[in-house]
Amino acid sequence: MNLAEFTLHEAREKLRRREFSAQELTEAVFRRISETEEKLHSYITLSRDTALREAKQADELLKTDTSPHSLLGIPIAVKDNFLTSGIRTTCASKFLETFVPPYDSTTIKKLRAGGAVIIGKTNLDEFAMGSSAENSAFFVTRNPWATDRVPGGSSGGSAAAVAADQCIVGLGTDTGGSVRQPAAFCGIVGLKPTYGRVSRYGIIAFASSMDQVGPMTKDVEDCALMLEALAGHDPADSTSANLPALQYSASLTGDVKGLRIGIPKEYFVSGIQPAVQQAVRDAVRQLEKNGATIIDISLPHTDYAVAVYYIVATAEASSNLARYDGMRYGYRAGARDLTETYALSRAEGFGPEVKRRIMLGTYTLSAGYYDAYYLKAQKVRTLIKKDFDEAFKSCDAIIAPTAPTTAFKIGEKTQDPLQMYLSDIYTISVNLAGLPALSLPCGFDSEGLPIGMQIIGKHFDESTVLAIAYAYEQSTDWVKRKPDL
Amino acid sequence: MKLTREEVQRVASLARLRFTSEDEERLSKQLDNILRYMEKLNQLDTSRIEPFTHAANTKTPMREDAITNEPNADALLANAPAQENHFFQVPKIIE
Repeated sequence: MNLAEFTLHEAREKLRRREFSAQELTEAVFRRISETEEKLHSYITLSRDTALREAKQADELLKTDTSPHSLLGIPIAVKDNFLTSGIRTTCASKFLETFVPPYDSTTIKKLRAGGAVIIGKTNLDEFAMGSSAENSAFFVTRNPWATDRVPGGSSGGSAAAVAADQCIVGLGTDTGGSVRQPAAFCGIVGLKPTYGRVSRYGIIAFASSMDQVGPMTKDVEDCALMLEALAGHDPADSTSANLPALQYSASLTGDVKGLRIGIPKEYFVSGIQPAVQQAVRDAVRQLEKNGATIIDISLPHTDYAVAVYYIVATAEASSNLARYDGMRYGYRAGARDLTETYALSRAEGFGPEVKRRIMLGTYTLSAGYYDAYYLKAQKVRTLIKKDFDEAFKSCDAIIAPTAPTTAFKIGEKTQDPLQMYLSDIYTISVNLAGLPALSLPCGFDSEGLPIGMQIIGKHFDESTVLAIAYAYEQSTDWVKRKPDL
Repeated sequence: MKLTREEVQRVASLARLRFTSEDEERLSKQLDNILRYMEKLNQLDTSRIEPFTHAANTKTPMREDAITNEPNADALLANAPAQENHFFQVPKIIE
């Protein structure tokens, strides 16, 4: 077996038993990347030299280290919107093409302290704005299950890298589904934790009231281990929750007896691919067999979520991206005066989707339109959150499809932004309400493309989400399937 | 048409962006289409609804006003598009 195929928990165990070294594991991952990268284009930057140095250090520490939960010697793929000190961080934008961060994000600092080996920075939709990774300024990442299809987005590079064993675990961010939807499209596990669970410090900001860091992994146990490593209070992020870090892996008992799972009727309607609907329904039946109680619920404002999301997210984005002025870092166009320098630097440095969203956000926040769009959207957002509060009175978790279809073809939706936005229909409500949700594989369609199921939990109840996901995973073998590359 | 080309130009100037006339034409259509979709929110009566502020109602945390990040001018200047004598070099801002 190729060492790169191992999960985090397998590799960790074997590293400790000296079956192989961290350097051998890291070399195996880079070998796998050189064999497959030409087909996939998962990575924007590879940090081979520093990775091998980190692996060597890990091998030294492994001689004496006995802590059971460290990431010592584990090769990790990082989405290219996490600041990594000394490693170029582009956000898949021409604007930041040569930007080398002077510091690490809190999450990267934690992973490095845990002994993780950073393999490289993965491709994404520019500034994490997109659902297919096609909005990268550099290249399109391909789905390992069918290379004429998108890997999903925005964390498409990390999803493809995990699915194709180009790393042991991956890291993404999720503002409207950007961890879960690519996880579904690539047949892996992806978790968006509760807003506030994981620090946002050092993550390049897109929509600050929804951005959240999440693990992308080969199975549910890895997801729990990664959350243990990432979660916790950070004084540098004022929205970070001051709650004790939990042993998420302890909740993986395989037992769901007595748990009440809600099925929202609004998520199983026209527009959903029949194979997706069938696979999710079968998965729910499996969980019922395992002892869970299934309850029909309603989230009546679901139909308004896409409109609310694309008002709130673009408003926040237009404000967050105002910092890119070409003065202290990033791209600067040659121009006559200051105003023209701003305008041309931004016009030349940003891609079409980023500009479209800045325009939309600037419009809805501008004088005369604020009440009609932004304020209205924030009010409907309250209604969407209340739907979940109400639903969680009668259930412990909610199950729905992650995306209405399996991975679509490259180029299929690029001409119509609204159609692309509508592909986020099942994931964005969760970000609007700040809830945790996980996507895991629950089947394949007739073309052999993976299908994802989403488990949504109460605020700060990642444990129940992971427990249900683990129980389901133990009853099936979807996660064990690998793409043929 | 809700969003005319003139409106696109006004918003572009607010956002410090610039477009070709072809792009303005296309953006006006695309944004108009998206804004029309967003009008579905007007089906809901929200007169008695509070706007959303925070998912988990946490209080704004307070902290000591102390410097925690080490000054590192060299690393910061390393990303500057233009620099001179250890300063950021920028276009003239006063006429």
